Amino acid sequence: MRRDLLPTDAVAAGGTPEAADTGAGTSGAIGDDPGAGRQRLRFYQVGSFAVGNRLADPSQRTVQSDATRSNSLDSGHRACQGCGEALGARYALDAAMRAAGGQLVAVNATGCLEVFSTPYPETSWRIAWLHSLFANAPAVATGVAAAMRVKGRSDVRVVAQAGDGGTVDIGFGCLSGMFERNDDVLFICYDNEAYMNTGVQRSGATPSAARTATTEAIGPDPGAPFGQGKDLPRLAMAHGIPYVATATVADLHDLEDKIERATLMRGARYVHVLVPCPLGWGTASADTIAVARLATQTGLFPVYEAKNGSVTSVSKIRRVQPVEAYLGMQKRFAHLFGTPGRPDIVARIQAIADDSIARFGLLDSHAGEPAERGAR
Amino acid sequence: MLEQIEGSRAVAKTVARCRPEVVCAYPISPQTHIIEAIGALVRSGELARCEFINVESEFAAMSVAIGASAAGARAYTATASQGLLFMIEAVYNAAGLGLPVVMTLANRAVGAPINIWNDHSDAMAVRDAGWVQLFAETNQEAADLHVQAFRLAEELSVPVMVCMDGFVLTHAFEQVDVPEQDLVDAFLPPYEPRQVLDPADPVSIGAMVGPEAFEEVRYLAHVRQLAVLEQIPVVAAEFERTFGRRSGGLVSSYRAEDAEVVVVALGSVLGTIKDTVDERREQGERIGVVGITSFRPFPREAVRQVLSAARQVVVIEKAFSIGFGGVLATDVAMALQGLPPEVVSVVAGLGGRPITTVSLRRVLQAAVNDRLPPLTFLDLDEDLVRHELERMAATRRSGPTAENLLRDLGVPSGHIG
Ligand SMILES: Cc1ncc(C[n+]2csc(CCOP(=O)(O)OP(=O)(O)O)c2C)c(N)n1
Ligand code: SF4
Ligand SMILES: [Mg+2]
Repeated sequence: MRRDLLPTDAVAAGGTPEAADTGAGTSGAIGDDPGAGRQRLRFYQVGSFAVGNRLADPSQRTVQSDATRSNSLDSGHRACQGCGEALGARYALDAAMRAAGGQLVAVNATGCLEVFSTPYPETSWRIAWLHSLFANAPAVATGVAAAMRVKGRSDVRVVAQAGDGGTVDIGFGCLSGMFERNDDVLFICYDNEAYMNTGVQRSGATPSAARTATTEAIGPDPGAPFGQGKDLPRLAMAHGIPYVATATVADLHDLEDKIERATLMRGARYVHVLVPCPLGWGTASADTIAVARLATQTGLFPVYEAKNGSVTSVSKIRRVQPVEAYLGMQKRFAHLFGTPGRPDIVARIQAIADDSIARFGLLDSHAGEPAERGAR
Repeated sequence: MLEQIEGSRAVAKTVARCRPEVVCAYPISPQTHIIEAIGALVRSGELARCEFINVESEFAAMSVAIGASAAGARAYTATASQGLLFMIEAVYNAAGLGLPVVMTLANRAVGAPINIWNDHSDAMAVRDAGWVQLFAETNQEAADLHVQAFRLAEELSVPVMVCMDGFVLTHAFEQVDVPEQDLVDAFLPPYEPRQVLDPADPVSIGAMVGPEAFEEVRYLAHVRQLAVLEQIPVVAAEFERTFGRRSGGLVSSYRAEDAEVVVVALGSVLGTIKDTVDERREQGERIGVVGITSFRPFPREAVRQVLSAARQVVVIEKAFSIGFGGVLATDVAMALQGLPPEVVSVVAGLGGRPITTVSLRRVLQAAVNDRLPPLTFLDLDEDLVRHELERMAATRRSGPTAENLLRDLGVPSGHIG
């Protein structure tokens, strides 16, 4: 890697910087820990992502920038402009396709991704793809994996994907069963923090105080209640499965890297991707990446990896941001601001972010201490 | 080779000889012995090249079968009652996706009140799901129908449910000639799916279909079921040529040719009915029996043929549509439209209540004397019901009646189930 050519803010983290080791899907990467020793490139965004990627060594560029990427989820689908889920799915599946050498089958739960990608008689999928029901994607994927095993197709990798509702709520029984049996499936949750396809209702992944169609911003406790909700990555870890990771659409290198390594592992793997939804969150279509990044930089969405039930790495926050910066961009939190606003609720959310920072050790000792946040 | 064997084991051995590649298991009485036995056959290596998966629910069982089948594997599961209802969304889905999953249904009542014993409420609850539903009269037929089920399912891309009466068949030991491996192999070719999840030829399966084509999709499912109707006798005939015994088919008929009164039923109760009919025949009454083997698709033409000469058709059924009446009787009456026989429904054997020769004799006598109303409940405890109705008239109270009845019977409910 030619460090001198990178923008000053681009940092390389991880093992020995050997370019030959970075080609994902190379045979050297197969094994229990396919990502071990692989160069991992992280950008700290200051300008445009495209510039940073262009300056990287070709072998370290993203799957998305590769002209031979599979375009698993092709253009022409009907997602809203700026849909984080469409981005996330496209990034994730292209990475999985590259890692699997094209030998991939995807199972999809009902939800926005399924609906906007396959309006009869069209499909955006360029991969083998099956939609069965809302709640059963993990089990259907288990069935596909079993069929592949019995037919001796050890080369084929199976991915299942669902929204947060299909993962943390209605699909959780099947998912937990799939985890517990350590079935050979990579499950990807695209978390947009509500039931978007049915019109933005609260799910078990909806954050406290967020306005949804079933947690209206009215009354003394506007929005979704505090003290509820499920932290699925941690529940996945509690199953002791080989691999759990979180990621967002704001860090393409990190997302692709995690999907590639997860694809090449065996057993139950879980990747939880935060995918902002302009419609449900009330953000500008152009702000999808920015708002996803703020979710990580506030500490509200910790980005980490875990193996066999223990956290093995976390993405540190470069410059910690106050939650106001994140919440203020989104209409679903609009009731917390203005006059008089609800500074008390904002403070509770800040406390959640601080807890998350402490729990996962998201700050380097020298990096922005909470005091740096100024605005508080 | 005839052997003395439990019905569940005979079915398990037969299913194993059909070489399923993925078997999903979740326990529920009275299906448990079937999946236990298949699990053991996989463990011992007798059933090789099979993934036996202990899933976390029936919903997962059918979902795993869906994934396996869509990826080109021969998939099998078994369930009953609450389990079938727990998986119902996936039951519809398997049919909608045209996946040739085979499932044994060990027929059992559906709660509340929870009841583990035999009736046909579970099968009737998924009558419209798009599955082929075959009913076995004996354990021999239960075993044989599974071999035919895989053949039908895979030839026509439809899921097939083999219904066998819980306990009455599943737990009964009798002589069964378990289909021999070489004959099964000759009769049932390996599964070659028409459309499969294959990375080399990627297709999207399970897309959304709106009003522009949904009716057509459903109509074509119906047409496919009609094709099954044509195929069932063909497969049964080939089965007879291969195995040397008759099993399956659309309907079975016993002493019905010249009968004035014909009894129609599903499943194992046909045996008791035949015994009773033999006895009535000796008294000079012209009574016959028709068994419906293929309940879905419903063999309208075959039913018309065997019943058209009767004066009265008595449908004895182990389920009914609450608020209306007999389910099978409705189908039979529809099939006989424009023909003279009068169709009446006798609901019997709910929740495992035995259907005895004594009671059947009473029903048949009433039928011969033209005294059967359109809907009868066999052996209903009239006193118990009257008492509860009076109580309900006196004090309006919401909630379950089951506990009240048990109190009247002096049965502490803690001792039940
Ligand atoms: C059993 C069942 N219940 C409810 C629905 C309705 N439904 C379809 S998609 C959906 C919301 C999906 O939410 P999520 O999984 O978060 O995905 P998103 O649309 O947000 O991407 C719901 C409630 C359904 N299809 N099936
Ligand atoms: S509602 Fe949200 S998740 Fe659904 S397509 Fe639109 S932006 Fe994407
Ligand atoms: Mg969602």
